[in-house]
Amino acid sequence: MFSVDLIFEAVLFGILLGCFYAAVSLGLSVAFGLLDVPYVAHPALLILGSYFTFVLCKTGIDPIVCGTLLMPIFFFIGIGFYRFYYETFEKRSSETGVRGLAFFFGMSFIIEVCLILVFGVDQRTVAASYIGSSLEIGEYRFPYRMLVAFGIALALTLVLTIYFSKTFNGRAIKAVGQDEGALRLMGANPVKIKQLAFGIATAVNALAGAMLIIVGPVEPAMDRIYIGRTFCVVVLAGLGSMSGTLVAGLVLGIAESIVMMTFGASWAPAVSFGLLLLMLGVRPQGLFGR
Amino acid sequence: MRFTAYCFLLVLAFLGLSSLGGINEYVYFAGFVILQFVILATAWNILGGYAGYVNFGVPAFIAVGAYTAVVLFKALSAPLLLQILGGGILAGALGLGVGLLTLKLRGIFFSIATVAVVFILETVVNNWRYVGGATGLQLTRPQDLWFFDSYARMLFFVMAVLAILSVVIARYIQDSFLGRGLRAVRDSEEAAECSGVPTLKIKLIACTISGALMGIAGAPMPMYLSYIEPTSTFNLSYSISALGMPIIGGTSHWIGPVIGALLLATLQQIVTVTVSNELNVLVVGVLLVLFVVIAPEGILGLIKKWKQSSK
Repeated sequence: MFSVDLIFEAVLFGILLGCFYAAVSLGLSVAFGLLDVPYVAHPALLILGSYFTFVLCKTGIDPIVCGTLLMPIFFFIGIGFYRFYYETFEKRSSETGVRGLAFFFGMSFIIEVCLILVFGVDQRTVAASYIGSSLEIGEYRFPYRMLVAFGIALALTLVLTIYFSKTFNGRAIKAVGQDEGALRLMGANPVKIKQLAFGIATAVNALAGAMLIIVGPVEPAMDRIYIGRTFCVVVLAGLGSMSGTLVAGLVLGIAESIVMMTFGASWAPAVSFGLLLLMLGVRPQGLFGR
Repeated sequence: MRFTAYCFLLVLAFLGLSSLGGINEYVYFAGFVILQFVILATAWNILGGYAGYVNFGVPAFIAVGAYTAVVLFKALSAPLLLQILGGGILAGALGLGVGLLTLKLRGIFFSIATVAVVFILETVVNNWRYVGGATGLQLTRPQDLWFFDSYARMLFFVMAVLAILSVVIARYIQDSFLGRGLRAVRDSEEAAECSGVPTLKIKLIACTISGALMGIAGAPMPMYLSYIEPTSTFNLSYSISALGMPIIGGTSHWIGPVIGALLLATLQQIVTVTVSNELNVLVVGVLLVLFVVIAPEGILGLIKKWKQSSK
């Protein structure tokens, strides 16, 4: 059962899966990791991205192009979300605790039920030339859809890492998470910077949602399991680290893939949540946290 | 004293209601669910309302109660009250465990951890053949009806007593050392700790009690449905209701969750029967968001404001 070949194949598949998990978690890594907003609605917006892609794809456009086209729309949705969150919660008190969490939790259910009401509970897929076929190297087979997701995930992580370390706005976003007052003294408006960050986090979600529906069929209630996967990756990475997110995604992907191979697919949902609980109990600052 | 008398009268009233003839059985079925939500909302509020720690994992506690009851019933054919007791104890233990793991961290980590518990337990139950796995398990109700005409009436009465019991507990906690300590934690954890409040200890006690009450609310479920199945038992919709009802009713006072649960659960029953199951989740979600944004003090806060302005 535990042949080296099988494990090797599980690890290879886990790497592909892991990069994909990292990509769907990047937005949360910014919103929750850097800005400390309890963005529980992130997975619901991810599924929303998938469904928008599904609708756009019907016109015959490639799903990746759809995801990219959706990014500006999601950017403004994100800005709207933060603007609203700031005006109703952050502005009035520094402690948003229960209300902020309840707000985002409520929003994710609203999104989910609206998706059910519009599209029904059926699973949805998109069509593209690279979905369904695989690349064969020797005895190993890599589905092209996973390779595509893998490529986009790497590109997204790279772009965001460069953005956060090289540009003024990117650095300001990192700074606003650490010390808002100091940023204000440097002449930057923390609210505007956070708004920008939230826009970026949500825009990334549009492309991630497109990837989600490329990788497999999507249904409205899927956001629930992705609460576990995305928060697991973000906590594992240590809040707010982009390269950490990639490594954490890989850890989760490989772990899930090995569990699926050895215990069966029915155990897969427990992996991300189990890893998350373990991390919270043992090392809440994450693998790379200080 | 007066409160005790009221509770006693209420129990008698429910006893009368369950024994009356000529009432449609469906009333008891719907009443059972509404009373169950009174317990869930009250239990949620002990930790979420008083201390400000948001539990998203309500179905995990319900399911621990329900599946404990199933195991006790299947293995020992234990009577209903023993099932409820067992469910309460194990769900309380789960609360203590989750609390020990995450209550030292910030609130959001506790919330996420409770979601994690839901999915982990669901996966375990899905793979556990003894309790029916993913397909579920059919149960035959025992013919023990005490002195009631039907099983639904008996369960309705049991649920009513449990609901009153949990409200009494919540009221007692609110006025005790524990309640004052929890409110101090909610307002400022550091300040509370510095003033000598044993914050971790009281949070753990609250989490255990809250979990145990949710387990108690879940334990009669298998007998109620004479069937159990993981997908509906572990449904996160329970979380949005158990969290929405206290917030809509008002979290600062024990009566808030009761008002919220009675209003919303009744509304949900009506919507489920007349329109659809999805829509009742939407109703709670939309009301929750509206209240959180516009009236964070809930219905209680609105009443207070209205009283002040009419003076």
